Amino acid sequence: MNAHAEVTETDRAPGSHRSGGDRLKSYTIGLGLAVLLTAASFAASSSSFVWGPSIPVLLAVLAIAQMGVHLVFFLHISTAADSTNNILALAFGIFVTGLVIFGSMIIISNLNHNMMPTDQLMDMHTQR
Amino acid sequence: MNTIVDVVSEETPTGVPLSERGPAQARVVTGFGFWLFLLSDIIIFSALFAAYAVLGGQTNDGPSAIELFDKRHVLLETSCLLASSFTCGMMMIATDRREAALTYCWALVTAVLGILFLCLEFSEFVHMVHQGAGPTRSAFLSSFFTLVGTHGAHVTAGIAWLAIMMAQVGTLGFRPMVVRRILCFSLFWHALDIVWIGVFTVVYLGAYS
Repeated sequence: MNAHAEVTETDRAPGSHRSGGDRLKSYTIGLGLAVLLTAASFAASSSSFVWGPSIPVLLAVLAIAQMGVHLVFFLHISTAADSTNNILALAFGIFVTGLVIFGSMIIISNLNHNMMPTDQLMDMHTQR
Repeated sequence: MNTIVDVVSEETPTGVPLSERGPAQARVVTGFGFWLFLLSDIIIFSALFAAYAVLGGQTNDGPSAIELFDKRHVLLETSCLLASSFTCGMMMIATDRREAALTYCWALVTAVLGILFLCLEFSEFVHMVHQGAGPTRSAFLSSFFTLVGTHGAHVTAGIAWLAIMMAQVGTLGFRPMVVRRILCFSLFWHALDIVWIGVFTVVYLGAYS
């Protein structure tokens, strides 16, 4: 029975940290990195320092990096064996999110491309 | 035979096979279930982001994104939400140490920052509607108000939830059930901050680049 009481966790709830001591450190590092990345993306959005057309890509990279920082330091999602379930669910969530966003964008831009220009469409209506 | 036993004991530190450990702790099950809810919530937001990405340019000769948004205002909103995410973490540490007074303090700071964020957002909405840029003006503005408004509604619900949790700490104390609920709240609050990263990048900063 003793062995059962001493079982170390094989699953970890998201948000709960393994040991209590270094949580403050984790939140502080997370806040520092998040502030840096936020400041960087606000600065990058209107800077002439970066080549214009590359700014959206830079913003996307900074945003994804900051989301990663929040997941690791605030939500305490890790790749450790005890949070496999959390990571698998997260991977599926990211997959569906990507499918919905980029799928919609591709489909609609394709439809836009195949659409007849509005003035020609109006002409067809008036001729009928 | 020996090697098999070794492999089992290596994967399970105490030597108890996975099949004999019984159900996981309630804290783990609750946390995982709430994590699944959060991911499905993020999928709702992904649909709204997709709508904004598709309709963002359809201004119908009305005001466009770059004419409407004030970057300093957004930076202030972002700071509020980021700081409240941090204070929410501080509240979790206080909760795990069962320090009621500290928990109340950090919860109050978290709620005040959240309310400040909502006030800033609301004043922005009012300003836009007065400018004639309400949600009915164009497809761009409809998708903008839906996306940012849904996030604001989540923040409002979060603040109400936080108030209820503090009332439960006051009346029930730090029961395991109450602590689990506070853990779920902190997950919710951090997830809202992650959604806001997407909002300020795609909606506000995306308009300038």
